[in-house]
Amino acid sequence: MTSGDIVFLVPEIILTIGACALLVFPVLGKRAAAQSAKWMMIGLLAITAIAVIVSSHTVTDFAQSRLFATMFAVDSFSVFFKLIFIAAVAMVTLMSEDYFRDSRYSPWEYYSLLAFALCGMLFMASGIHLISIYVGLELMSLSSYILAGYYKSEQKSTEAAMKYFVLGTVSSAILLYGMSLIYGVCGSLNLIAIDRAMSTLITNDALMLGILLLAAGLCFKIAAAPFHVWTPDVYEGAPTPITAFLSTASKAAAIAIFARIFYVGLQHFQLDWSFVLATVAALSMIVGNLAAITQDNIKRMLAYSSIGHAGYLLLGIISMSEMGMRGVLVYTVVYLAATLGIWAAVLMLQQHEYAGEQVEDFQGLHTRSPFWAFAMVMFLLSLGGIPPTAGFIGKYYLFAAAIQSGFGWLAIIAVLMSAVSMFYYLRIVVAMYLREGKDAQVSTAGSLRFVGAACLAITLFFGILPTPLIRQVETSARWVAARAVAVPNAGR
Amino acid sequence: MGFLEGVPILSIITYVPLIGALFIVAFIRGDNHRAIRNIATGVALIDFFLSIPLWFYFDPKASGQGLFQFKETIDWIPALGVKYSFGIDGIALLLILLTTLTGVIAIYSSFTAITHRQKEYYVLLLLLQTGMIGTFCALDFFLFYVFWEVMLVPMYFLIGIWGGGRRLYAAVKFFLYTLAGSVLMLLSILALYFFNDGGIPFLNINGLNAGYTFDVLRFHEIGHLIPPQLQFWIFLGFFFGFAIKVPMFPFHTWLPDAHTEAPTAGSVILAAVLLKMGTYGFIRFALPILPDATLRVVPWIAALSIIGIVYGALVTLVQKDMKKLIAYSSVSHLGFVMLGMFALNPMGIRGSVLQMINHGISTGALFLLVGVVYERRHTRLIADYGGLAKQMPKYATIFLIAALSSMGLPALNGFIGEFTILLGVANRNMTWAVFAALGIVLGAAYLLWLYQRVFWGPLDNPANQKLLDLSGRELLTLLPLVILMFWIGLFPSTFFDKIEQPVDYIVRKVDPQYYNRKPLTHPPVPGGAHSDQVAEARQ
Repeated sequence: MTSGDIVFLVPEIILTIGACALLVFPVLGKRAAAQSAKWMMIGLLAITAIAVIVSSHTVTDFAQSRLFATMFAVDSFSVFFKLIFIAAVAMVTLMSEDYFRDSRYSPWEYYSLLAFALCGMLFMASGIHLISIYVGLELMSLSSYILAGYYKSEQKSTEAAMKYFVLGTVSSAILLYGMSLIYGVCGSLNLIAIDRAMSTLITNDALMLGILLLAAGLCFKIAAAPFHVWTPDVYEGAPTPITAFLSTASKAAAIAIFARIFYVGLQHFQLDWSFVLATVAALSMIVGNLAAITQDNIKRMLAYSSIGHAGYLLLGIISMSEMGMRGVLVYTVVYLAATLGIWAAVLMLQQHEYAGEQVEDFQGLHTRSPFWAFAMVMFLLSLGGIPPTAGFIGKYYLFAAAIQSGFGWLAIIAVLMSAVSMFYYLRIVVAMYLREGKDAQVSTAGSLRFVGAACLAITLFFGILPTPLIRQVETSARWVAARAVAVPNAGR
Repeated sequence: MGFLEGVPILSIITYVPLIGALFIVAFIRGDNHRAIRNIATGVALIDFFLSIPLWFYFDPKASGQGLFQFKETIDWIPALGVKYSFGIDGIALLLILLTTLTGVIAIYSSFTAITHRQKEYYVLLLLLQTGMIGTFCALDFFLFYVFWEVMLVPMYFLIGIWGGGRRLYAAVKFFLYTLAGSVLMLLSILALYFFNDGGIPFLNINGLNAGYTFDVLRFHEIGHLIPPQLQFWIFLGFFFGFAIKVPMFPFHTWLPDAHTEAPTAGSVILAAVLLKMGTYGFIRFALPILPDATLRVVPWIAALSIIGIVYGALVTLVQKDMKKLIAYSSVSHLGFVMLGMFALNPMGIRGSVLQMINHGISTGALFLLVGVVYERRHTRLIADYGGLAKQMPKYATIFLIAALSSMGLPALNGFIGEFTILLGVANRNMTWAVFAALGIVLGAAYLLWLYQRVFWGPLDNPANQKLLDLSGRELLTLLPLVILMFWIGLFPSTFFDKIEQPVDYIVRKVDPQYYNRKPLTHPPVPGGAHSDQVAEARQ
């Protein structure tokens, strides 16, 4: 380690200072308006994003990017994810504004916690050492537990937070146990050292148990079946902007470490873990999409749908190829854009704390707000993987990677389940366009509309002209997947 | 190609409706119904007139490399090898003309039938046009798939918003059935994609290492190199995608619902064009790319087609609802198309292609005609009518012509198609031909019986005694179809000329030895050398 390494931590340092400032600011002065908290947060995020881009440009060489005794990497992969996280948190920030207009809850702590969670996510994206990854993950999780219970006088919200906290800590413990077993066998927690150690090892029980526990813990974090049971309750009970945060940014961060750990650290035992993960992926796609059909509450429906999407994302990790890694990156972007857009629409309908959550609340939206109805259709088509939306490009990559790496059966389940998913997505479309309207008011907040328009633009632009995204993704995927080679016949 | 050289005419035809739709969305107020209707009709008409030069500048004699004409190719997503690639042969040409004509008729026929949410209605119809034309033009699998899926959404809304009583059920069923088929087709496309490059490890299949491409013509070239086992799986994926769309026998259950509940214009487009997507898919992709699999599944497809023909006709006989009756008759007619195609000889495929057009014209006309009385009486039950011939003579005449055309009376189009198909099928297998002929007899039975119950007999229902005959607008929508019925019926060679080369091309792809075994039915063509090379490559 050299003192120069500190330069690469500037974004995280800025963010931490900013988060503390957000916490302290209302104590120092008179209680300022929610508006100013929001704009301070946005400014903080903008500065952090600039710092991420600037610091990444100082890295020219792969070897140079390993920092702090190879705890922390600044590479194209981490920068890609960091910018996604910052953008997603910025959208969540913009979406939260309405929530604090007449609320009893202070926006300052809220944004501060969001900034701390983001800080943890930035560490996760850069972590190449199981400890730094774990610390980042815990920072994100602890902030999320509090945020899920932010409506402390609402029973639903506190219940969600409690459930999330208990199950989350258990899963963290499982994850940690897996890490310790891997450490015991490999003698290191650094992913590259683990990889080097594993290349000389043959299968042994302790290692397998370690990998299995690690995978279980991570599957909990991305909400993959059978570790998904917390998801619907937490998504339903948490304040809606936090649900949006959990289902997008938080999930993407978990996927980022999932991909990095398995592609860099555990690639030698792909034959051993790929089948387990393939089962998890199949189960997630089936359970998530089938369970979503019966849901009337849109938060629960999207929770189950996000379980399904975790399954799709796992396809990219299982296939262990550059194609698969590209798929993970592309799909993360398109999934985040569509999901954030949908949450913005739900918030737009939300007049009270838990209104706007039933599918029937969307009835007749096309007369009340043609823009939102159209945008919702595009988001839902994107989640269903129908061209010309970006979701199709994402699914294309994941299915192609699965077929290429020999998981044809998984690809068949995946495409059939994406057809099933259209069934419940269409229920929302039916409500919006084919049923007579309610005359409830919709929120006209400009920031919500901005989030919707931005997500719509991403969804349509990358659906029709995906080349810019693909170019970026090719570079980013190469950093991580360069040495990953799909083992032939892994899927048989 | 004369003055069309260098003009991206196919793209223009494809996107004119889209531009029209965007124009209406952006500039016309929702309550300005007259303007919306006129602009929509105008756009569809312009599109139709733009497509007419294709007919005249298309070179029916070109074969080999020149078979696909009016080509346009630019890179779209280079990272994936996706090209924006358009081009048509004679088969696509006829289907595009059918699509643009049907578009005009569908829009023009909706003026009085659609009374609410008109702006959305016409916008969706125009979007549907873009999707359909693009599907027929695309020579890149990725592009094809995009257009294929794009068609789905407008049709879903057309059925769901402006349909009959059970419209929601019908719309969702239509959407999910088609989507389930098309995602399986996507997997087949991906398998082809990998075959051209690195192969597919899980089937132990080595690829050609020729790079990633979605170029349909490239797959036409390399199709026969694909191992038979893989061909079979790829065929299966295509089969689900296309057979659901056709629809073939066990997958037909979405069709009666969708047809019956859709608004008239929706039914017309469904019958005339959307069902052809399935048969077109078979003829463009499954047959030439997967010859071994095709030969292997012939008995199965023939069996399903024959079941479709006979079962479809029997179910048609007992229908009480006019629209449902015509919907089920489509199952029977499309069975003919599939049977003729899988006779795998030039006669059968030619008949099959022509029958695709014929079915569009005849069944489209019948749906329009049912729409006419439905609009006046708001019932489609046959029992509610009777003796209409006295009250509506013009209507009865045109209905008779359409029904006769549909049942295959000589001098009308249906006869030419069915006769050619029967010739081809008999050439292949006499038993199939016997069953197919049975379908024709049943077809005559259900249509004549329908006609008898609706038009003959006493005009005893008082509600029917005030019925008005066809209006000028309605007559105008039907007239082009009637003209086409006679045109194809009397001068079929103008149409057969266009599809002769494409059909030869397909036969040579799927069965390269065919022309060595059978004497040529027409003089050899300059492009013949090309197919010899293919034959050599196989040996």
